[in-house]
Amino acid sequence: MDNTNLFDGYGPLAGFDEMIAHASDGSGSSVRGNYAKVHASFEKMGADEVRLRADSLASSYLEQGVTFGVEGEERPFPLDIAPRLIEAEDWDHVEQGVRQRVRALEKFLADAYGPGELFADGVVPRDTVVTSPHYHRVVAGLEPANGVRVHVAGVDLIRDGNGDFRVLEDNVRVPSGVSYVMTNRRALSAALPEVFADHRIRPVAHYSQALLSALRKAAPAGVSDPTVVVLTPGVYNSAYFEHTLLARTMGVELVEGRDLVCRSGRVLMRTTQGLEPVHVIYRRIDDEFLDPVHFRPDSALGVPGIINAARAGHVTIANAVGNGVADDKLLYTYVPDLIRYYLSEEPILRNVDTWRMGEADQREEVLDRLDELVLKPVDGSGGKGIVIGPAASKGELDELRDKILLDPRAWIAQPVVSLSTVPTLVEDGIRPRHVDLRPFAVHDGDDVFVLPGGLTRVALPEGELIVNSSRGGGSKDTWVLARPTDPEDEGEVAPTATPVAGLSQSAGPALDGHVPQLQVHEQEQQQAQWQSQSHSASTEEAPC
Amino acid sequence: MLSRIAQSLFWIGRYLERADDTARILDVQMQVLIEDPGMDERTSCEQLLSVMGVENYTGQPNRWMMLDLLAHNPEAPTSIAAAIGAARESARRARETLSTDIWAAINTTWRGLGTARAMRPPDMFNWVRNRTAMISGIADSTMSRDDGWHFFMLGRSIERVDMTARLLSTAALASGPQVAWPTTLRACGAYESFIRAYRGIEADRQAAEFLLLDRWFPRSIVSSLAEAERALNKLESAGQRSGFSDEAQRLLGRARTELEYRPLADIVFDLPVEMERLQRSCAAASDAVSVRYFAESEFHTWRGGVLL
Repeated sequence: MDNTNLFDGYGPLAGFDEMIAHASDGSGSSVRGNYAKVHASFEKMGADEVRLRADSLASSYLEQGVTFGVEGEERPFPLDIAPRLIEAEDWDHVEQGVRQRVRALEKFLADAYGPGELFADGVVPRDTVVTSPHYHRVVAGLEPANGVRVHVAGVDLIRDGNGDFRVLEDNVRVPSGVSYVMTNRRALSAALPEVFADHRIRPVAHYSQALLSALRKAAPAGVSDPTVVVLTPGVYNSAYFEHTLLARTMGVELVEGRDLVCRSGRVLMRTTQGLEPVHVIYRRIDDEFLDPVHFRPDSALGVPGIINAARAGHVTIANAVGNGVADDKLLYTYVPDLIRYYLSEEPILRNVDTWRMGEADQREEVLDRLDELVLKPVDGSGGKGIVIGPAASKGELDELRDKILLDPRAWIAQPVVSLSTVPTLVEDGIRPRHVDLRPFAVHDGDDVFVLPGGLTRVALPEGELIVNSSRGGGSKDTWVLARPTDPEDEGEVAPTATPVAGLSQSAGPALDGHVPQLQVHEQEQQQAQWQSQSHSASTEEAPC
Repeated sequence: MLSRIAQSLFWIGRYLERADDTARILDVQMQVLIEDPGMDERTSCEQLLSVMGVENYTGQPNRWMMLDLLAHNPEAPTSIAAAIGAARESARRARETLSTDIWAAINTTWRGLGTARAMRPPDMFNWVRNRTAMISGIADSTMSRDDGWHFFMLGRSIERVDMTARLLSTAALASGPQVAWPTTLRACGAYESFIRAYRGIEADRQAAEFLLLDRWFPRSIVSSLAEAERALNKLESAGQRSGFSDEAQRLLGRARTELEYRPLADIVFDLPVEMERLQRSCAAASDAVSVRYFAESEFHTWRGGVLL
């Protein structure tokens, strides 16, 4: 492959392209300002060099075992070589929007599991919340230690045709993917050091510290030095790599359900020194599997009695049990109202337009236009069960119609949103591919920290709109550019370092130089006779 | 430290040492098969398989079958491939406590198995020894000397005793000792130390004595036992006025003193039987460690409501 065609054929796809601005009259296109340096660097490197680096990127992930599980099989996590860039102004908007949403959802959860004022005020119908399969009555009235239920949130964003960020869904149960944000950054900065150096990129490595301090702040009252653990379902879980990375970078134990035991309302872990108390559990197990006493009795992953321990106030479960009502896709349609109701603010990030199938007039409208819309089950995740109208056959649509009529509460409809596209290395070169963005937020009770960056997932087949790693999606390193004045960029005040002249390194006894020439000569002579003999022997043989 | 993690570290130590020592044993065996004119391939391979505790096989043992069962076949539990696979799985389960360097070294070794299995046998054995030495070296220079390290060392030492015992049995059973013993010493990397210690007197009895009883040579049985006892001692938090309360410590200490205080002639008179006893002690000690430190929970199923 020659070096000229890396970006040739970077044609426009439907949707907003984040690198190339296409003129509306079709007269031409130009590279957007934020991508100028990346575009120039990639063109300079040429296709062969870019591919070479992409290969070394992939093999470094294999060596380090950066993997995710698909049906029990370990696969290397796919990372694209081209970074995605987000301007400082755009990021401010996202950050404020995410923060606002997390605060509103936090208030909503406290209200829904507490006094229920929002039902009395008619903001959300009570049955919308209590009919959610994720509403758990066992935690009603349970006040978390520092009032936080959403310790970690992942808000899925997309950019619509105008490049505006819109919220696709909220994840306040166990959002995953943050480990890849950190490993992607390290791997990509090693693969593209010169491109990296051309930009001022806000760091992501301090996420674990932010999370640990939020978890420590959530400790039960009266515990001054809490023991924090990460609870994993086990090695066969698709996100097991992430669980180990979080535990490793926070310096806490990674436990499985069988490592924990509940005794008289306290949770203890089995160590080689006997049982030791645990105070904060960052769990990566779904509610249904967390406690066989209250939820699925056959769960082998959970800890019997953990809910009772939480109710007794001896342990904090993060994220809180029952958060699923807040990321239910039906409740999603009410989030703008919740923001207005609880915060008296206008939503900063807009939702994607959504019809509720549970409401008769909206259902009528949608059923007529099923072939134009996207239908989503309200409790699905990872792209499961989604039907994209324009891509579905007549039979599939009929089947869908029956399903909706059977259980309208379980469905919402949205227009087909063309996700924005960013340059991605594929078979033919660099081409536009659709992406979304999942920023991660950590709530410590006082403030919501939004990690500058987040996981960008990319759909590798051309035109594909579902960007999930379990459906063959890739990922990208997301670079949030810093302003020249961003203080975060400076880091802490570095301790002063006075330059000193280093000591010269010491060496062992001399290996040459001090040996008198005579001695060398004598040593050499000892072999000279033999050498000359063998030499003469070989000359004698030569004529033969 | 979590019991489950301690268990993983213990077994990482055991599996890596097992892969290393199996490679050493096979190296001796292949060399003896080539060099010793009086050797019957079938009997010798049968003996080795039995020393290694392999019983379920069909057909006449020959060198290819032996290589398959003890080196290449990841399905055979005694093979090098299986040991490396198991070490890697254990490491994955203790991933958050291992340094990135150790994990990467173990993972790379496991990923290199495919290539290694296609090598000539001596090259493969060499590769296994190099990789395991590298992992031990990284562990030595990057692991804190906390309980995790002691469990790792404990596993490694117990396995080393067990496998060196098997290696000595192999050498004793070989028909031509003049070939078997020097090769065994070389396989342990002990040839030079042995020659220096005994001033070039090469005799079977001395070689056996060296590998059994030398206190200074780190692969000898006695120094491996002492290493295991040291690790147990560190894990035992409180010092005791008399005796040992830890079952594993008692078993290993007794095995060591029996070797050290009995006349050598007694031990080498029927070496394979003695070595089998030693392996039993190791297995019992390993079980005792599991019972004491790796307490497992039983699995309960919870039923809703009351059954009438």
